[in-house]
Amino acid sequence: MRRLQPFRLVLLFLGGLVLLFIIAPLAGMFLATSPSEFFNTAAEREVAGSIWLTLWTSMLATLLFAIAAVPFAWLLARKKIPATRLINAIIDVPVVIPHSAAGIAVLGFVSRDSAVGRIGEALGISFVGHPAGIILAMAFVSLPFLINAARDGFEAVPERLEHAALNLGASPARMFFTVSLPLAWRSILSGLIMMWARGMSEFGAVVIVAYHPMIAPVMIYERFGSFGLTYARPAAVLFICVSLVFFFLLRMLSVKKDNAQT
Amino acid sequence: MLRLDNISVHLGGFGLRQISLEVAAGEYFVLMGMSGAGKSVLLQVIAGLITPTSGSVSINGKDITGAKIQKRGVGLVFQDSLVFPHMKVYNNIAYALRSKNLSRKDIRRKVLELSELTNTLDLLYRDPGSLSGGERQRVALARALALKPACLLLDEPLSSVDVWLRGELRSLLREINRNGQTILHVTHDYEEAAMLAHRIGVIEHGSISQTGTPQEVFHHPGSEFVARFVGIRNFFRGTLRSTGGSLKTFYSSGLDFSVLTDEPEGEGCIMIRGEDVIVSEARTSTSAVNHFEGKVQSLEPARVGVEVQTDIGLPLFAHISLESARAFNLHPGKKVWVSFKASAVKYMGK
Repeated sequence: MRRLQPFRLVLLFLGGLVLLFIIAPLAGMFLATSPSEFFNTAAEREVAGSIWLTLWTSMLATLLFAIAAVPFAWLLARKKIPATRLINAIIDVPVVIPHSAAGIAVLGFVSRDSAVGRIGEALGISFVGHPAGIILAMAFVSLPFLINAARDGFEAVPERLEHAALNLGASPARMFFTVSLPLAWRSILSGLIMMWARGMSEFGAVVIVAYHPMIAPVMIYERFGSFGLTYARPAAVLFICVSLVFFFLLRMLSVKKDNAQT
Repeated sequence: MLRLDNISVHLGGFGLRQISLEVAAGEYFVLMGMSGAGKSVLLQVIAGLITPTSGSVSINGKDITGAKIQKRGVGLVFQDSLVFPHMKVYNNIAYALRSKNLSRKDIRRKVLELSELTNTLDLLYRDPGSLSGGERQRVALARALALKPACLLLDEPLSSVDVWLRGELRSLLREINRNGQTILHVTHDYEEAAMLAHRIGVIEHGSISQTGTPQEVFHHPGSEFVARFVGIRNFFRGTLRSTGGSLKTFYSSGLDFSVLTDEPEGEGCIMIRGEDVIVSEARTSTSAVNHFEGKVQSLEPARVGVEVQTDIGLPLFAHISLESARAFNLHPGKKVWVSFKASAVKYMGK
């Protein structure tokens, strides 16, 4: 043990540097923001509106797409056909492409000249410059987080338990809702949180589909571009605070759930 | 009742070949075979988890070979019980009942009834994670019985249970069968088979090599494999009577055996391992209390040593070393004494 100590000191030093690198800019930003700036910004209608817009669009994107994505993840976990690997690779594509490029792709998909755009138009929804477009852009870049987490969760559920449910006369749907879903819930919940957090922090894809109405990341960027760092900073601090509070609450909720299960 | 016709399954390098089998209503059928012989595969075919390459499965005359898993009405109890870990015991037992349109009250009544039968009343509001192997297996049994299965399929149900608790679970299985439940049970344990089965089937390399009553299979193994596998040749049916002391007497074919057991009086069977039987030229005084005079019938080489068949009014087999067979100059027709301890006699009530 004694001989290892210099090595451990080096590890501690390096770890400390990494941690400092994450904390220092954030802390600097918080310290540079005076309470009066902070509260004044929070009182601005534009700021509050864009934060609220960000929260509900990202949440709705997560919940809407979860309805289809979670059962799909189960299918990917259970049916091992050659195409599964290809599909898994396709699902990861939004993560690896630049998000502005993702935004261009989504815009082309929902613009007024596209088939989807025309259908939307007929129903009275214009995706471009509309919360519906924001939701689609957010979902496009954040969906892989949910699908991958849910698939891993379902893979960890012994298939034999599902067989036992069927053997006991349950329909496949009942089996899914009473056995597969509850047993994979921990992973799915963490996937939902990840997807939501990712959607909420998205800038690149959203800004191309809908500059207006402004979500918080776009609003922060706009303030920075038009008025500079000092003006953008309180808004950024506020948005981070709100995100962290929600993130923390959801984490608490999921931990509680886990404890109740064991 | 349950009928398998020429079931074949190909699974990689191994499978089942042309398995035909019939289990009568109310029968307790035990399928015996070594691990990897394909016993579990056969149960999964019946439950619909594996589709056979050829052959058919029918229940009460109705072909269910291609039926959906959830429509088959055969309750499968797995070796590792597979109790749903996220549900209380109560909800596990109620699981099959909730697929049917039953009122809460009916479900509750049924769960309590099954729970009483399987002695799990104290466990109803426990989490499965806190149960022992034996308790979990009893819950799994109650859960499968809730389905009112046409046939109960048991896949090595006792192997995850502590040895000293197996007796209790065996009695439960017998009771379930006595209530009219048809059971197909697979195991690699010949003692389990001997204790429970009305009929036994031996499965060997993916096909059934012998079926018959326990006596038939144990006394007249159809092949060397069966003989070696079942291991136990000294298997007799009869009646156990208390004689006051700690020893009880077991009567079979005019002979009486002293047995050390705490089981109650009644009909049953005994087993004596060939290794526990001592062959001597004269009646010896040892701690053994069972002594019988008889004649050597035959000597057969076993995997190691020699198997001596003696006739003491019943065929009794002794497993001894080649050296002692030579030293005593054992040969067919020679008069010998055989003896064994009362504790070497294993008794199982019916």
